[in-house]
Amino acid sequence: MDLRIVNLVKAFDRFPALHGVSLDIRSGELVALLGPSGSGKTTLLRLIAGLEFPTSGEIWFGNENASALSVRARNIGFVFQSYALFRHMTVLDNIAFGLKVRPMASRPAKSAIRKRALDLLELVQLPGIAERFPSQLSGGQRQRVALARALAIEPRVLLLDEPFGALDAQVRRDLRRWLREIHDQTGHTTVFVTHDQEEALELADRIVVMSSGRIEQIGNPDEVYDEPASAFVYGFIGDSSSLPVAVEDDAVMLEGRRLGLHGNGCRAGQAVLCFRPQDVEFVTSSEAVAGRVKTVRRVLNVRRAELEVGRARHTVEIDLGQDVEARRGTELSFRPRRFKLFPLDQQGT
Amino acid sequence: MSKHRDVTQERRLVQCLLIAGVALFLAIFLVLPLVIVFVEAFRNGVRTYFEALTDPESLAAIRLTLLVAAIAVPANLLFGIAASWAIAKFDFHGKSVLNTLIDLPFSVSPVISGLIYVLLFGAQGVLGPWLEAHGVQIIFAVPGIVLATIFVTFPFVARELIPLMQQQGAREEEMALSLGASGFKTFLLVTLPNIKWGLLYGVLLCNARAMGEFGAVSVVSGHIRGVTNTMPLHVEILYNEYSFAAAFAVASLLAMLALITLVMKSLLEWRFGAELAARKRHP
Repeated sequence: MDLRIVNLVKAFDRFPALHGVSLDIRSGELVALLGPSGSGKTTLLRLIAGLEFPTSGEIWFGNENASALSVRARNIGFVFQSYALFRHMTVLDNIAFGLKVRPMASRPAKSAIRKRALDLLELVQLPGIAERFPSQLSGGQRQRVALARALAIEPRVLLLDEPFGALDAQVRRDLRRWLREIHDQTGHTTVFVTHDQEEALELADRIVVMSSGRIEQIGNPDEVYDEPASAFVYGFIGDSSSLPVAVEDDAVMLEGRRLGLHGNGCRAGQAVLCFRPQDVEFVTSSEAVAGRVKTVRRVLNVRRAELEVGRARHTVEIDLGQDVEARRGTELSFRPRRFKLFPLDQQGT
Repeated sequence: MSKHRDVTQERRLVQCLLIAGVALFLAIFLVLPLVIVFVEAFRNGVRTYFEALTDPESLAAIRLTLLVAAIAVPANLLFGIAASWAIAKFDFHGKSVLNTLIDLPFSVSPVISGLIYVLLFGAQGVLGPWLEAHGVQIIFAVPGIVLATIFVTFPFVARELIPLMQQQGAREEEMALSLGASGFKTFLLVTLPNIKWGLLYGVLLCNARAMGEFGAVSVVSGHIRGVTNTMPLHVEILYNEYSFAAAFAVASLLAMLALITLVMKSLLEWRFGAELAARKRHP
């Protein structure tokens, strides 16, 4: 089912949560809504589900305008971070709920419902726990049951709100892979909300990066990581540092000093220079970013130095090769090998 | 007891003194009066006891009390569910006002609760003349007693359910709706099972108060023997007429109601407590 979101605005008590969001999701796609808390990603998901109604704008399911449909009529599968399993029902009854509450005319026979619920338990790799209660399951098992329950009604769209947010790191990684497999098997159009960039990058076909109620960038994982469309995306996805610079005659200047970098067509004037810690080369030239080491830390497989740069003491982070000697107070000069410049007025600052 | 004392525990002597103090206080103010009720009731033998209870006026009082409870408790059950549903699951203007209003009967003296109905429906009251013209009698009749009882007991169910529903949130209801359940089925299959123990607990307290209410009912009843006397009012009348044995016999029924309520309340707390603990494990 194609999903089309047109100019969606949502305000809570005049406090705007979404400012005109438009988004096309293709049938069968697995899309991540990624952003910090308060970015409007959960609001967008709840609007698609029909758990909230937009202040203005439209939501289309295929050729049907679903904007005014109730959550009940939308036929979506929803999974909460907190699972929201019915605690007084067994796992089997939980999964069968959506089929059992159907009106008489469209309700499958009891035996068919039971069979379907058991099949779904098989699909989510939890055979043999049908008669247990939610309180007897681990967090990961509960989330699998919650997904099976959502799939039972053959939803047009599957919506997941921080599905792995309450689980510990190892279980999260396992479930991520498992969700991808389920998605490839069942082919449901799926939208999930996350604040975890790793989860979004690994799992999604496309990522919608959101901030302050707006979409910052839509792209596949490589695009948002390698070609961030704004300083916000650069800073939010992956590690990065930024410096306030000026562009003059296609040269990048920091506090009046040339850094030996080309402006690459960036408009002259104030700009933000963004780069990743691993994309630096150390140079001896004076046309470089010069800084004094504040601390050196171990970050998994690299040593990372925190540098104070310039009179304003901007802090940047760079990775040190094994051959680079550095301790507190060491002077280092480097140039970013890969970087992006964002003209300042574009950031709205 | 282990050698290392719990940091929040007092010394042995202090513990004993405190416990003894509480026990003594309870004995004087609660246990002794309760025992006396039964002792006095049976002072003239079992026969007098049952004669006092089967007296037509006593029977009428018991019947009326049961009737009033049978109307007031279901009314407050419905009201309590509706109010707590509204307060716990929706956001609307004036929510905090409603929440405070529910507590009003607890903070107002029961006599005032009765008096407002006299002022409203009595012969000299605002609606009195109109009611009289249409032949409806509320004050000094059963409807007035029912109204006063409903007023006095209406916080019990709501007060029990609101915190419970607020703690549970609306996630499961949202889930049920998204799975295609109608509003009624959602209530029946999801909400009600989640609140059933709390609800039962509230109903139990509500019932105990409905049967035992004196002040508000006394004002609106008019004390017409065999017609508008409830059990608590009947006890007072018997006592004022120096029929001590009969007064205590009827009182012993109320005392037994209190004991039964207490036992059931403890049973529910035991059961309900386990559910609450389970809920914390499974948020």
